[in-house]
Amino acid sequence: MSAEVITERRLNMIEAINEALGIMLERDPDVIIMGEDVGYFGGVFRATAGLQAKFGKTRVFDTPISECGIIGVAVGMGAYGLRPVPEIQFADYIYPGLDQLVSEAARLRYRSAGDYIAPLTVRSPFGGGIFGGQTHSQSPEALFTHVAGLKTVIPATPHDAKGLLIAAIEDNDPVIFFEPKRIYNGPFSGYYDKPVEPWKKHPDSVVPEGYYKVPLGKARVVQEGEALTVLAYGTMVHVAEAVCKAKGVDAEILDLRTLVPLDIKAIEASVEKTGRCLIVHEATRTSGFGAELSALVTERCFYHLEAPVERVTGFDTPYPHSLEWAYFPGPVRIGEAIDKLLKD
Amino acid sequence: MAGQGTSADSNRPALALHVPEPRFRPGDPADFSHIDIGCPGDQPRPDENVHPAQMTGLAYGLVRVLGDDNLAHGPWNPRLDPETLRRMLGHMAMVRAFDERMFRGQRQGKTSFYMKCTGEEATSIAPAMALASDDMVFPSYRQQGILIARGYPLLEMINQIYSNRADKLKGRQLPIMYSSREHSFFSISGNLATQCPQAVGWAMASAARGDSRIAATWVGEGSTAEGDFHSACTFAAVYNAPVILNVINNQWAISSFSGFAGAERTTFAARGLGYGIAALRVDGNDALACYAAAEWAANRARGNHGPTLIEYFTYRAEGHSTSDDPSGYRSAQEREEWPLGDPVNRLKKHLVAIGEWDEERHAIMDLECAETVKATTKEAEKNGILGHGLHHPFHTMFEDVYEELPWHLEEQAEQAIRERIAKFGTERPFG
Repeated sequence: MSAEVITERRLNMIEAINEALGIMLERDPDVIIMGEDVGYFGGVFRATAGLQAKFGKTRVFDTPISECGIIGVAVGMGAYGLRPVPEIQFADYIYPGLDQLVSEAARLRYRSAGDYIAPLTVRSPFGGGIFGGQTHSQSPEALFTHVAGLKTVIPATPHDAKGLLIAAIEDNDPVIFFEPKRIYNGPFSGYYDKPVEPWKKHPDSVVPEGYYKVPLGKARVVQEGEALTVLAYGTMVHVAEAVCKAKGVDAEILDLRTLVPLDIKAIEASVEKTGRCLIVHEATRTSGFGAELSALVTERCFYHLEAPVERVTGFDTPYPHSLEWAYFPGPVRIGEAIDKLLKD
Repeated sequence: MAGQGTSADSNRPALALHVPEPRFRPGDPADFSHIDIGCPGDQPRPDENVHPAQMTGLAYGLVRVLGDDNLAHGPWNPRLDPETLRRMLGHMAMVRAFDERMFRGQRQGKTSFYMKCTGEEATSIAPAMALASDDMVFPSYRQQGILIARGYPLLEMINQIYSNRADKLKGRQLPIMYSSREHSFFSISGNLATQCPQAVGWAMASAARGDSRIAATWVGEGSTAEGDFHSACTFAAVYNAPVILNVINNQWAISSFSGFAGAERTTFAARGLGYGIAALRVDGNDALACYAAAEWAANRARGNHGPTLIEYFTYRAEGHSTSDDPSGYRSAQEREEWPLGDPVNRLKKHLVAIGEWDEERHAIMDLECAETVKATTKEAEKNGILGHGLHHPFHTMFEDVYEELPWHLEEQAEQAIRERIAKFGTERPFG
């Protein structure tokens, strides 16, 4: 983080994202924003509210309902020299754009030997916990971390959402920027039957004014601890934090912030210290990003481990509607894994 | 990084990017006089085996039957008997009553989500009535009228909307994403336009097997921008598939007007001509015109003359869904000013005009619809509402992912039940 002016100004995650977009539109005439309903209406989650009115229709505009078109056009605009920030309304709807991301944006620098780049940042709300059923709840990040050439960024706080988004937009590689929509308006403890907390009460809702970056590839130590290391990102950072607090566990919690590039040094340092590692994500388990983390920790920290690495994830089913909270990797599932890790 | 092409040649004119803008925004008066709606009865009705190239007028004009005099005009008059017309009106009234109550139920916290089809009732009910009951339909999410027309029980619809323990979809799907193989009604996806190539595939299979059933699909005009729609058109044309591609042009895709799907340049029906698909553009608020167009397309498909693309020109009178507030992006006057009126009202007036209906009977019908929906809602609530414990057992969450449960899902199912017991002391699958 550079040149931060600490103020007590508090924003929720949507406001922080909106501010980052406004700052980048202001600073860089090459930045443009497009997506379904992002223009006049300001986005179904209000992330682009007011931006078209301020920056005009050729910088912030609505698109046809065609994710293939949105991402393909963004690649073309990037080839011209613009810096597009397309929005895909829900991560669940990104799949028609997959060919343009996987075969085109991700490889353009490589296949043209740097002749062309695809400096796009694809913003998309992801994750569940809002009774969105199987088409408004998915966490498809592992599909993207598997693709060479893409970066995958997931903020967990308003402060980071703004700084990471600015860094992503300035990055010359294509970035998938997944926004955990469950925590747009407040951090979520995972205790779904308790009252919702607003961001105002959370220290990381203090968002400096103006331009600042949170660098890609740098994890955040949420809290230091000795008993075990928790690796999490997005919504699950807050759930893990709440569970560790409730159980009185002296956990070291890392918010990974970017999955690719991954802050492997921070992970190694923490696991070498604690000797135990819990990985938490909401996405389905099989071939999830947790599998990659587990392999890395096992490969690189094996002789420091005092227990097998534990993964807590969503189940390997489509995201259900009525049984959402039975699906969600909540406090009971996390608590069980912590007990298992600490039992010896 | 400055644009690579920013140094324009000063001898060439500067280009300008066009971004569509709807005519009216919140607070604006709405005036639709620029829309050419033609005259009822004016459009010719060609034989069902006509070549698509002969259909230019039908793809750019508007097939209308019901006139301002509330009588049926011209060759597209489907000449339905009064009993059928009353049944059609009854279905439309029922859908409207159902939508009202379910919308309110969502606001009362009984479920998470709902979508009305107000103003578009004719575009699903009339085609459903023109098709055979075993013709396969691949709807989008706003065709509840098909289920009502096909006699699907209201109770099952509400159980699905409440995601309760009697929901035949086991609480897995977002409300209104129905499925009923028994009613030849394909499982609704939340993803847009995916059903279009699927309908074409079903129709191709039916043709390959020498079956007599045809397929029909519904998609919003906004969703025609998806690649799936264009793949569907290509395959439908290539294989001369016995399929009807219904495009519901209700003018709005959430906050994006039809211009963002290309309506500033051409009609949606005209898209069909480019693919070599027969194309009709129809007044979607005129139930008789909707019926006639669907009947024509069904005859064409059944006669092995190939696919038809029908654009139903209508208006989304309400928000996109319970998650939407249209007052943030469009003029509130649009609904009142829509030049093609309200489909329920127009069919009602027609029946009155031909002496087969009256205000009193209509009032009784509306009351009966409301009472039926209310009583059925109460019945459904006995099976639970969303989030109140009366859901399917946890193990069902893991079933149907695959035909047989693999080891890892069996383990995860045990975990889910263990978590439930840890939290509540009981699996408590039925509250």
